[in-house]
Parts: sequence; C-alpha cells; structure tokens
Amino acid sequence: MGSLWGRLDDVQTDAGYGSPDEHPPRMGFFTDTSVCIGCKACEVACKEWNEVPDDGYLLTGMSYDNTQELGASTWRHVAFVEKPLDVPVEAPPADLGMPSMGPPDPQGAESGGEGGVRWLMSSDVCKHCTHAACLDVCPTGSLFRTEYGTVVVQPDICNGCGYCVPACPYGVIDLREGDGRAFKCTLCYDRLKEGQTPACAQACPTESIQYGELSELRERADRRLTELHDQGVDVARLYGRDPDDGVGGDGAFFLLLDEPEVYGLPPDPIVTTRDLGSLWRHVGAAAATVAGLGVASFASRRLVPRLLGTALGGRR
Amino acid sequence: MPGLGTSFGRGGATTNLMDLQNSDCIVIQGSNMAEAHPVGFQWVVEATRRGATVIHVDPRFTRTSALADVHVPIRAGSDIAFLGALVNHVLSNDLDFREYVVAYTNAAAIIGEEFRDTEDLAGLFSGYDAESGSYDPESWQYVNAPQAPAAGQRDPAQPGGPHEERHRAARSETAGSGGPAVSAKPERDETLQHPRCVFQILKRHFARYTPEMVEQVCGVAPEQFAKVADALTSNSGRERTSAFCYAVGWTHHSVGVQKIRTASILQTLLGNIGRPGGGIMALRGHASIQGSTDIPTLFNILPGYLPMPHAHEHENLDDYVAGDAGSTGFWGNMRDYAVSLLKSYWGDAATADNDFCFDYLPRLTGNHGTYETVKGQIEGRCKGYFVVGENPTVGSGNGKMQRLGMANLDWLVVRDMQLIESATFWKDGPEIETGELATAEIGTEVFFLPAASHVEKAGSFTQTQRMLQWRDKAVEPPGDCQSELDFYHELGVRIRRKLAGSADEMDRPLLDLVWDYPRDEHGDVDGQAVLREINGTGPDGAALSSYTELKSDGSTACGCWIYCGVYADEVNQARRRKPHWEQDQVAAEWGWVWPANRRILYNRASAAPDGTPWSERKKYVWWDPEAGSWTGADVPDFIADRPPDHVPEDGATGPDALGGQDPFIMQTDGKAWLYVPVGLADGPMPTHYEPAESPVPNPLYPGQQGNPAIENIKTASNPMNPSLSEVFPFVFTSYRLTEHHTAGGMSRTLPYLSELQPEPFCEVSPGLARERGLEHLGWATIVTARTAIEARVLVTDRLRSLRLGDRTIEQVGLPYHWGPNGIVRGDAPNDLVGLALDPNVHIQDKVGTCDIRPGRRPRGPALTAYVADYRRRAGVVDPEEDS
Repeated sequence: MGSLWGRLDDVQTDAGYGSPDEHPPRMGFFTDTSVCIGCKACEVACKEWNEVPDDGYLLTGMSYDNTQELGASTWRHVAFVEKPLDVPVEAPPADLGMPSMGPPDPQGAESGGEGGVRWLMSSDVCKHCTHAACLDVCPTGSLFRTEYGTVVVQPDICNGCGYCVPACPYGVIDLREGDGRAFKCTLCYDRLKEGQTPACAQACPTESIQYGELSELRERADRRLTELHDQGVDVARLYGRDPDDGVGGDGAFFLLLDEPEVYGLPPDPIVTTRDLGSLWRHVGAAAATVAGLGVASFASRRLVPRLLGTALGGRR
Repeated sequence: MPGLGTSFGRGGATTNLMDLQNSDCIVIQGSNMAEAHPVGFQWVVEATRRGATVIHVDPRFTRTSALADVHVPIRAGSDIAFLGALVNHVLSNDLDFREYVVAYTNAAAIIGEEFRDTEDLAGLFSGYDAESGSYDPESWQYVNAPQAPAAGQRDPAQPGGPHEERHRAARSETAGSGGPAVSAKPERDETLQHPRCVFQILKRHFARYTPEMVEQVCGVAPEQFAKVADALTSNSGRERTSAFCYAVGWTHHSVGVQKIRTASILQTLLGNIGRPGGGIMALRGHASIQGSTDIPTLFNILPGYLPMPHAHEHENLDDYVAGDAGSTGFWGNMRDYAVSLLKSYWGDAATADNDFCFDYLPRLTGNHGTYETVKGQIEGRCKGYFVVGENPTVGSGNGKMQRLGMANLDWLVVRDMQLIESATFWKDGPEIETGELATAEIGTEVFFLPAASHVEKAGSFTQTQRMLQWRDKAVEPPGDCQSELDFYHELGVRIRRKLAGSADEMDRPLLDLVWDYPRDEHGDVDGQAVLREINGTGPDGAALSSYTELKSDGSTACGCWIYCGVYADEVNQARRRKPHWEQDQVAAEWGWVWPANRRILYNRASAAPDGTPWSERKKYVWWDPEAGSWTGADVPDFIADRPPDHVPEDGATGPDALGGQDPFIMQTDGKAWLYVPVGLADGPMPTHYEPAESPVPNPLYPGQQGNPAIENIKTASNPMNPSLSEVFPFVFTSYRLTEHHTAGGMSRTLPYLSELQPEPFCEVSPGLARERGLEHLGWATIVTARTAIEARVLVTDRLRSLRLGDRTIEQVGLPYHWGPNGIVRGDAPNDLVGLALDPNVHIQDKVGTCDIRPGRRPRGPALTAYVADYRRRAGVVDPEEDS
C-alpha cells in the first residue's frame, strides 16, 4: 500500500510506476498570484479544452468573481479579493467562507476611501496532492495517480458515490448536478500525454500559471519569493510548496500575497486519510479473520496503473 | 489618430508592446490595459519584474491598478489638466531633455505675431469664428513657413480650413503616415529665448496648470501628483526612458485628440520618443482597428492615410497632390503613393492620359462620419446601411438614435455570427416596449447574412502596434457563413455582372476595377493574393520590397503604400512566427510591422544629434561612420546613408530636404511638433475644457466651459444634459470588462463567457451608495436626458469619492457590454450616452452626467414619461430648437 502520510519524494514510484527512471518526472503548476490580472482566460481555456459545462449565470456580488469556487464544473477558479489598504487583514477564525469577498464592510470602506484599496487575484485549481485523500477513498479506482504524479478522475468508472467529496481537504472535487459523477481538474492529462502544456497555463498571458516539472517549479518559486522579498514585498509567501506539510506538498502550489484564508484556502490542510493506515491496523487487530481484501479495495493505488491498460487503453 | 500624427508624423503607436519591458517607468492613463489588452500587458508585467515603476491614472481602481505601483484616481474627462500640469512641472523646473528638445522638436520655431493664446483670449485661440463654432488656423502658423500637417488638413495652400464644410470633412484624419508640406524651414531660435518661439509659448500656455489646479479640476491631491511627476522625470533622460499607454479612455472624448497631444508634448519634452522603453503606446479598441484605419473603413481617408479627395478642391490629380508637391519629408512623394494606389484599383485602365482614373475616386462634400450618417437616416437622407463587424444599437453612443435611424431605412444588411440587437431592433428593441416605434410601421427591409468567425477564415490582423499577423483558417465556416473577403468579392462580381455592357460613364469605375483573384480548393478567394496586391508589384509584376520603389509614372501598383514590403521576396512576411525567445530583443521576425518592419518609430532619435547613442543603457540605432550608414537593433527609421551632419541644400524637396538631425521624417521640418501650426480643428496646443456634460465649472477658463470647436449632433433623440445641473449631479463613465467582447455579440452568446459576467451592473463608491440609498447587489436606475436604464449595483472601494476643492464628486462606473439579446441580458448602457463630438475625429465623450436612484426603472410608456420629467426639471433644451 502506498504512503498515506509524511514526506514522499517520488509519488509515482510509490504508486507503482517503478523506479524513478521508469516514469516521467512529476509535473505540476506553480501559480504566481503576484502577476495574476484576473482575466479568467484559465477558466475559459479549461472549459473549452475539457468540455466542462457552464456553471450557471449568477451575479454573486463577490467582486468580479461570479464562479465562486472550484467544483465539478469549474476546474480553475479566479478569486478576487478587495481590501481597503489601511485596514490590516486579519486571519479570520476557522471559517473558510471566503470572508473578504463579499460586499465591502462599510467601516472598512470609510477608511479605504482615504487609504486606497488592494485587489488580490488568484487562480485556484486542484492541488494534485502528494497524499490525495480523494484517491485514497475512491472505492472504484476511478481516481488514480498518473505517471506524471497527477490525480485524475475517470468519468467512465466513477459511480458517483461521493466519498471523494468530503475527503478533499481543499473542497476541490465535487459531484456534478444532473450527472451525479465526480469531476475535477485532470491537469490536462490528455495534453500531457501529447507533450503539451495544460490549457490554463497555455492561455495565461502573464505567466501567472506556470507548468513544468515540480522540482524545477519549486526552485523557480523560491527564486521568485526571494526576488519579491528583496523588493520589499514581505507579505509574499509560498503555499503548498512544502513537501513536509499536511498533504506531503501540492503538485499545484501557489505564491500568495496574503494569508491563505484571505483567498479562501485552508491555512494548514491535512490529508483526511492521514489516520487511515493506523485505523485499518486497529480494525485488523480487532477482526483478524477479515482478509485483506477489503483493505485492498481502499488501498488499491498500486493496482490502478495495471488497470489503466484496459481503462485508458485508447488513450495510452 | 491625428493626435500622434500631427505630433510625430504617423498616426500609429510610436513603439511596440514588447518594448515596454525596457521601460523604467510606464504611465497607463486612459486605458485599463490589463483588462482590455491582457496579452499585451505581459510586457508591463515583465517591466515590473525588471524594476520599472508602473503608474495607473484612472477614475477607477481596476485590474490594471491592481498590478500598478501607484494608482491615481482622477475625475473622468479631466486628463488634459493633469497632463498639462506635468508639462508645466517639466518646463518650470527645467526638467526637459534640453539637447533632445532643441535638436529634434519645433521648440525653437518662431510663431507669427498674429497668434493669440487661450491665456490671452479667455479660453479661445485666435481665429475663432463663433458663428460656425470653428477655427481658422492661419494665425497659428510659423513665421515665413506655412506648414501642412502630417495629420489633418494637409493642404497649406488653403489654410483657411475653418469653413464649416472643410472642417466637417474631417481632414484631420490623414494623420496616419504623413508629413507636412513647407516652402521653407521655419525661422528658429536655438536658444529658446525668443518670446514667440514654441518653447516660450508652451511655457506660458501651461503656466496656470499647477498641482493646486489639478486638485481642483481632477480631484488628485498634490502629493499624488508629485509622486507621478517625480517618477516620470527621474525615469527620463539619457540613461532612462518612460512610456505612456493609452486607449479609448482618451480617444472617446470631445477633446480626445488633444489629450493625446498633451501626452505627446510631455513625452517629447522628456526625450522619450524614438527610444527603447519610451514612446506612446496607442492601444487600439478592437482587433485590427489599427488595420481599419491603415486600410480604412473611414469616410475621409484612402489606404495609407492618403486623404479622400474633396469634390470641389480636387478636380484632378495635380490639384490633389498640389498641397504636397515640393514639400519636404516623405510626404513629398505622395504622388507616387497615389498613382500606385490608382493602378492597384484600376490596373491597365489607369493611364497617364486619363489621370490614372483619378476621377473614379469618390469625393467628399462634407462630414460623412458615423453619427452624421445616423442623423441622415433619421432625416431620411440615408436609405441603405451595411452593419458589418459591429453592433451599433449596443456598441455606439446613443442607442436610441441608432435604432431610430435604422427604423427609417429602405434596407439594412447585418452580417454577423449571431442575431445581434442591430438585426432585431424592429421587433424587440427598447422603443418597441415604450411604444416609440411599432413593428408594423417600420418599413426597413432587414437582411441578416451569416458571417464566418476569425477561425473560419484566413487573413491578417493589424494590431495595436502596427503589426500585421497572418492567421490561417482552422475550420471551414458552417452552413452559409462567409468571410468578409468572399462576401465583398461576390458582391462585386454580381454588381459587375448586372452592369456588364453598360455604356454609362458612371459605371466605369466598377467595370474597370481589377477584380480577379485566384481561388483556393474551396472556391474561396485567396487572401494572400489580396495581401500581395496591397503590398504592390513592380513593372516586372514581382512583389515590391519597399515604398521607396513606388513610382508616379504608372509602372508600379500598390494597394497601401505603408504596407509595401509585407510581401517582399514573394513571401507573406506577416505569417512569420519565430518566437521571441529565439530572437534578439526586437524580434523582427515575428509578423511584419509597417512601415518597413520598423518596431520603434523615429528611432533616429535614439541617438544624439552626432549619431552616437545617448547612453550605453539605451543604445538602439546609431550612425556607423566606417560603414557610412545607420545601424542597430531595429530597422533605422531614417535614410540609411544620410550622415548626422548632413545639411540639405536650400530648396531641396521631399526626402532630400531632410537633414541628418531630422528624426521625424514624415514631418515637413523633420521635427516633433510641440505646437501644431496646422492640422487640428481645435487648437495648436491642448487646453483643458470640460466634457460636454459636466457637473463642475471649468476653473481654468471660467468663460469657456467646453471645447469651443465641439461638433454637436442636433436631432431630437440627442438631447444633452445641461452642465452644472443639480438634476444630473454625478459623472458616469462607460468601459469594458475582460470577460466580454465590445458590444457583446461574440461573448453574451457564449456560455463560458456569459457565466463570468452574467448581468449588467454599475459600480459605485460606498459614499454614493449611502447618499442615494443604493444597496450592494440591489437594483439601480441610471438616468440621462436620453433615457434611463437599470443595472445591479456593486458597491466597491475601488470607486472613490473625489474631493475637488470644497466639493465631492461621485462617479458611476458602467460596463457597456449588455443588451436585450443573448444568453445574459439587460439594458444597454450606451443608450445613456449623448453625442457631442471631437471636431477632429467625430468621436463622442464616453463620460457624461447622470442621476442614479435605487430600484428598477419604469416599464413601457412610463419610461419615456419618467425621462421627460427629468428633462423638464433639468431644463434640457430641445436640440432641434437650439440651432
């Protein structure tokens, strides 16, 4: 069984793709929100390429954000955060309801009128976690780890059980209304197979969304962070870059200009299956007669690559 | 773009987007660049990565402001006061790049004694005729050297331009690529001390444009003004350069041309033109809008900015080019360009004996601009109308006027991909709801013809930086959809078939037209053959390489002289796609740029008068004495082998008259014009006038509220809000969002774009929301003398209450993309806009005054009654009685 927790330097090997020289490097996104202009080209390019349906026509009043959040029909989501400059941004309590994106606080507005305003924009996406709880809990093998280290749902296998939905610590994956199955970003698995850049990164005009080998992206992000700190942008920070964090680091990570909560991101995400291993050990001890079959169905990540030969035969 | 044309000689951006990365400071004003030009904005982002300071001067805090170092909120329509104060700051603190200014501009030129400034005449220049509301520019001239402008009325023999008819004929547009005519170079005082030299006149003109005045007019605090002034001046000079970017936030104003002029003066004084990281980036409002002025869809110019001949002034080719014959600069060769164009149109039929069919060209008799045409429709003078690539009932100002005009036609052709509002106004337009129009009573026969999209046809775009980029066809157009090229070609074929055998002289221009193009395997006209025709061919039938090869003897044909070279060596140069990372900083092998693939115009000015670079850091084009030629990173915008110390002989004409230190080669005197002696309808120097509708008086010229040369459209459906009206106390400004495409035909019809901005909204400050009881996400009704519309309310800190002295001004932001058709619908904000036009280019103010109230607007006839009540209370004058 693959690792559920802790540092993991080769997620593909862990998933059964053989030794490091037998699989391609882990690919990912580095989204540098300091140069995001909120054009939403990523949202549109994603939908065009992946044939994702529209997500409804609702004026939300949350600044220029009318898609609200990631979901089954929104795989890239650009958040718009308006904040008066002279009101210090306080990290809200555990509530992740994107507190700063509603109508302006009249009191803040008063002072904002004098001190100006700040408008943060950030394109959110599935994090393609090193430890992906959605995948760990998927009973059908619809969710699998690709040879690029990304996490993909196969709609022709998904049975719509929805276990993955609460499993995601970021609230990314969701069931599509009227369809019933789970959908999320595939990091354009089909494009990767052709050696192409994912649609969102390809469309991004300012290189806010950068695609590449994760190890290289991490170095690039570190350099960018240093550059911004040198320019006096002390608020800049990386999010999801740390391989020792609660999800073992993200395959899609970010440079933010404020606390993660300001963008609607959990400050300290932890893979929800962290304790699955020990849980099952306890279950096993208590019911020694139960064979490992049930466990295998939950921990079937090793099997997935082998299953791929049939499930994705046409694509490989 | 006469603002740039009269200043520098060519009406295009002086620089290119990629070069913005070399800027040390970028001022974006009159543009929401990140929002409207997100792809080009990558170079601004790159500049910030390299440490540039980015300043955004705009009424609203936008996506552009979010990435800028400084955002300066300004009252919409007050840009000249702000820029004029920057000019004053530079002049009164001796911060200009003096060596550049003396050598490369007309600062030293001496103006005639008759000239009177607005400072002498309370807001008017000399030569104003109150009756016609226009200027006679005769008194604005240089001493002993009447000029013809690169833009505007390029005909010094008749400097009396002020006749209503001439003036209305919009001669100002011949700005694109031109140079003035002059019989002698002007008298100059190189010390800049002569009281009537341009430098001193300029200094006096702008002396009252102080930071305090800026605060009062623009609502910008002195410390904010100082921040901009310091950033700009400390980033200009030998070692550093600053760039300006503007878009329709400047052009769509009744003083739009003069806004651009003010920026041109400032950038010239700072020595930022023709140098890397400098320049003025004119961001065009729509794909290939640059192309549609280069090869114009405008009524008053021909391809390459040749003026459209005038019915009474241009009886023959000699008359037509007379204004430029003997002139200095490259406009001196206008006859070559004109004859080659005529040869391209009429081929073998055009001979020296028949004046190369010059008589076949249409003639101007007055102003035939868009809004004048619409007025003509309402008055029954214009009977037929093609609407192609636009949706005027939503995208143009005063939608009601557009619809009333269309409802009064015999026929209307709408070519579009979707059933846009301009095609359905007769059954579901707002006037049907109010009862002002009834479907049964509209006699217009409407033809809707399906159009191919940009991926369904091959062709070139000429984008914002004068760059032609070829795009191949990706898929065949569905059903009966046709490209423009196929449609117009087929239309021509059918008309010529109907006229075949006609003996009527009137039909000769059509029958003699060169109209045979090769077709591809689908039977479609080959667009590359058209591009090759535009490029031009020589006596041997081979594609030409440069406009300098054009002849006036009929041996060359060229469809647009400034595009000559785009098909050099029989290769479609616009189709080149070598990525910039495989090239040097200029990336000359991506697409093709007019003229002659020069990326930065006037780049001779990137070197000092002696031909050496101003600095190592800003090295670009310089004189190589060993090779005896100009060289550098870009194609030199100069005569290649003319040494820096060259002094032309007396009486030299055309390019021969250019000295080695005359970088502005399209201008008759080879200089950038700080002062425009002829070519503009509303003055030789910019002056702050209030927009046609304004809530505040003009403190600079209390007796002169608006542009004295403004062009009014007097028709019942175009009433104007009185200025300083208590009934219309707020400023509105209209604009676009990234998510939608102009009038919405290509975005409100698509789910992926519609969901991103699904409803019309207005943006207001928290202060205005309190004052009027507006609620976030609630409804508001916005009212002008034209009509009232409703929109949802976004209360946002990004709009600020501005303090102008002792009063506060509130602004209402109105994205204009919506209309009654499509997936996401609503009232069209442009219905609010009144038409009072810039006299040079006939463009309206995108700002005006309004009232805003909570709640939805009245429906049906109650709406007209509601607006009529506003008009009555505000004392709005019936336009038709006010003549």
